[in-house]
Amino acid sequence: MVNLGSIDKIPLGQGICFIVEGKEIAIFRPRDGGLFAVQNKCPHRQGSLAEGVCDQNIVICPYHAHKFNLHTGMGSEGDEKIKVYQIKEEKGEILIEV
Amino acid sequence: MTHQKQKLVVIGNGMAGARVIEEILKRNRDFFSITLFGAEPYGNYNRIFLSNVLNGTQKAVDTIMNPLVWYQENAITLHTGLKAIKIDRQKKMVLGMPVKKGRVPYDRAATGLPDENLVSVPYDKIIIATGSAPFIPLIANYGVPGTFAFRTLDECAHIEAYAKSCHKAVVIGGGLLGLEAARGLMTHDVQVTVIEAASQLMGAQLDEESGRLLKSTIEAMGIKVLCSMVTEEIKTTEGKITNLVFKDGSTLETDMVVVSAGIRPLTDIAENSGLDIKRGILCNDQMQTNDSNIFAVGECVEHRGQLYGLVAPIWEQAGVLADVITKTNPRATYTGSKLGTKLKVMGVELVSLGEKNPRDERDEVIVYREPKRGIYQKLIIRDDQLVGAILLGAVEAGDYLMRLFKEGGFLPVKRTELLFGSKDVSSLSNVMDMPDSAQICNCNGVSKGQIHDAILNQGCSSVSKVGACNKAGLGCGSCKGLIAQLIEGYAGEVGYDPSEHYYVPDIPLEKSQLIAVIKEKKIKSVSDTFKILGDGPEHAPSKVGLASLLHSIWNQEYEDERDARFINDRVHANIQRDGTFSVVPRIYGGVTTADELIRIGTVAQKYNVPMVKITGGQRIDLLGVKKENLPHIWKDLGIPSGHAYTKAVRTVKSCVGTDFCRYGLGDSIRLAQEIERRFQGIESPHKIKMAVAGCPRNCSEAYVKDVGIVTVEGGKWEIYIGGAAGGCVRKGDLLVIVDTHEEVLKYVGRFIQYYREHAKYMERTYGFVERIGINRLQSILVQDELGICNRLDADIQKASDVYRDPWKQEAELPVYPQQFKGSELVKVLKEVVNNG
Repeated sequence: MVNLGSIDKIPLGQGICFIVEGKEIAIFRPRDGGLFAVQNKCPHRQGSLAEGVCDQNIVICPYHAHKFNLHTGMGSEGDEKIKVYQIKEEKGEILIEV
Repeated sequence: MTHQKQKLVVIGNGMAGARVIEEILKRNRDFFSITLFGAEPYGNYNRIFLSNVLNGTQKAVDTIMNPLVWYQENAITLHTGLKAIKIDRQKKMVLGMPVKKGRVPYDRAATGLPDENLVSVPYDKIIIATGSAPFIPLIANYGVPGTFAFRTLDECAHIEAYAKSCHKAVVIGGGLLGLEAARGLMTHDVQVTVIEAASQLMGAQLDEESGRLLKSTIEAMGIKVLCSMVTEEIKTTEGKITNLVFKDGSTLETDMVVVSAGIRPLTDIAENSGLDIKRGILCNDQMQTNDSNIFAVGECVEHRGQLYGLVAPIWEQAGVLADVITKTNPRATYTGSKLGTKLKVMGVELVSLGEKNPRDERDEVIVYREPKRGIYQKLIIRDDQLVGAILLGAVEAGDYLMRLFKEGGFLPVKRTELLFGSKDVSSLSNVMDMPDSAQICNCNGVSKGQIHDAILNQGCSSVSKVGACNKAGLGCGSCKGLIAQLIEGYAGEVGYDPSEHYYVPDIPLEKSQLIAVIKEKKIKSVSDTFKILGDGPEHAPSKVGLASLLHSIWNQEYEDERDARFINDRVHANIQRDGTFSVVPRIYGGVTTADELIRIGTVAQKYNVPMVKITGGQRIDLLGVKKENLPHIWKDLGIPSGHAYTKAVRTVKSCVGTDFCRYGLGDSIRLAQEIERRFQGIESPHKIKMAVAGCPRNCSEAYVKDVGIVTVEGGKWEIYIGGAAGGCVRKGDLLVIVDTHEEVLKYVGRFIQYYREHAKYMERTYGFVERIGINRLQSILVQDELGICNRLDADIQKASDVYRDPWKQEAELPVYPQQFKGSELVKVLKEVVNNG
């Protein structure tokens, strides 16, 4: 697991993008709890999902509003799916499995 | 056989009176020559929609069921504003008198002295359809200014006018109409309290538990409810209502009182003419009174000891009466109706059938509760027959239960199937299994077969199209769900969705209701909105719309949560297809200076901006800027934000007007700059692009802007609204012509504020103006029909006063540390974490 540092880096309710071993990963910290890590680039037109509006279930791509489930990676548009990474918070630090 | 037409006089031009005439004409157009007395000054209108008129979602004129030409076409002599007061049964004459000005038609003293302006009409047969009058309980001082009943279009208009000067209103009566009146009042910016004398709301339709549940649902919408309170007196000071005094001595402050405490049959004419009455006019199974030439129908009738106040039984009575009176079927009988009703109370769906409580312990009672979602369902079964049902909050089973209740039939052994269907039969099969002759729309008498025809042969693919074709669903609207199911069943798709009226998808409230509740509960952040009005957690699809609305309601008091904003509004720049941003500085009216251009050029060089482009809105766009550079660029530019990234007032284009143009009639540049400085950056449901043209040649394209100003000869300015020249091209509608810049600013601001308050999120002005209609907008914004113009003017001024340039504010100090940061590159050290 890789330690990405303090959870406080991520503003509450938002996501930010980390580049870990060449991979762009969007990490979200919803207001209602939980911590999620998914591939940052939207499969549709490569929008940065980290800039999207999220809740504890989904993120909405800022480009064309395609939605993705943060738990499963399933997209709202038929054949789209994004990769989901294992992530957890421990002692205020973000740990991710890449 | 030649037939001398008989003379029929119908007394009462309400829903029952007009309906019975329709039924008669359907059977035989030549049987009668018809005269109709209507005490109200209008044609026949649909009273069911009064509360929609009060809350402004429907215009009074749209409730008219039969326009005046219908009466002409069918050779009906219509006397409006004339009240029939007596039947002279010896001379066979009906006597009528004009309703006095300012009197409500159902008032006993509505007409003048006995032989003043008497009108007399001879008859062979009479149908009395006088309906009912509102019941006013004994309350001291009822009748002072500010007290109202809620029964007619005129009363609706009076309530609306009076509410403008009020902060608090009370509705006395917690039945269906009282709650609807409360809903209507809520949209007029008054705090509403409903007073009910009984221990629960809607005692006619609900049992105690569902009454309590409805109460809490309604209270969550911002209406206060007081049950078990009997009003004794209305207190006034200097002619103004100050408070109510209750029987228990407590008091409640209020500025106005609307009484909606039930109805009583209007029987004056029967009384004056010696007909038998008890609670209503007594009729036999052929709807005949004790005079064989005089019939009655509707709410004024008492039949087998029963009064009816719902449309369905009254339609049945009208059908039987028409059969009998035209001799189409002289033996037709009306034997009473089983009372079942589908309603929508303040957006909450409700089905109530028959009995509300078990008669004794042998009755089977089945109850399903889901309090968190406001759902309560109860069935009462006696001798294996459904004798009562209450469905509150979830009514999918309603149509199925309604049929079982009215027609009888076997109940499934597993009672759960009554509410939730069986596993192998989908709920859809219920309506699809009905015969073609089954009536779907009870208001307008449309059968399943006719709807089937509309869907398959007329290509109707939505509920409203079916309605346009055959009137189904245009009465009370409660059958719309069934029509949608039929569309789904026959055509495989459905064009009806109640949630399309919600402001955001996850809070089940229309915009006006949502605004009222937000103000009442002082909700200032998006996360609180979900906690208080939603089901608790946040829902991403609703966050952005709520953020915009809350900001426009509370201005600086709004508690900003950046995560609820779209990325453009988090960083005040427009995201581009490669993840970079565009920067568009404000250039008022499209006029810049050499100094500004040099600064813009210097910035473009310094930050290696890949493209500098002149925009369609007469601005300069710096494209391809990295997020990290945004605050530095803003600082170097020293020019305010042009708001090209957000749903707000954006650009005001101009032509060179009288400054240089040979044709210019008005100083378009100065006016454009004034408008832009006044309204810049004000947030709205969608972007607002404007232009000012100095002459009708329209070089700045003002005719096709959200707001466009065009100078015409004589130094006058035309104000157009709702224009568009994007994906949709539409010429704006002329709102008003004015003489001065100051007036232009006033009307433009007024329109913007009204649009901010009433448009759906993401609804451009071209859709909004078409939806509301330019005539309606003129009466609201120019003639001030609703009396809200001063308030609109003050609110837009406030929004303008608190405007701050976001670039200037956030260039020095980000709102949060990561606001302008890009991706974070993580150096992976050989870090071992014990994850076992």
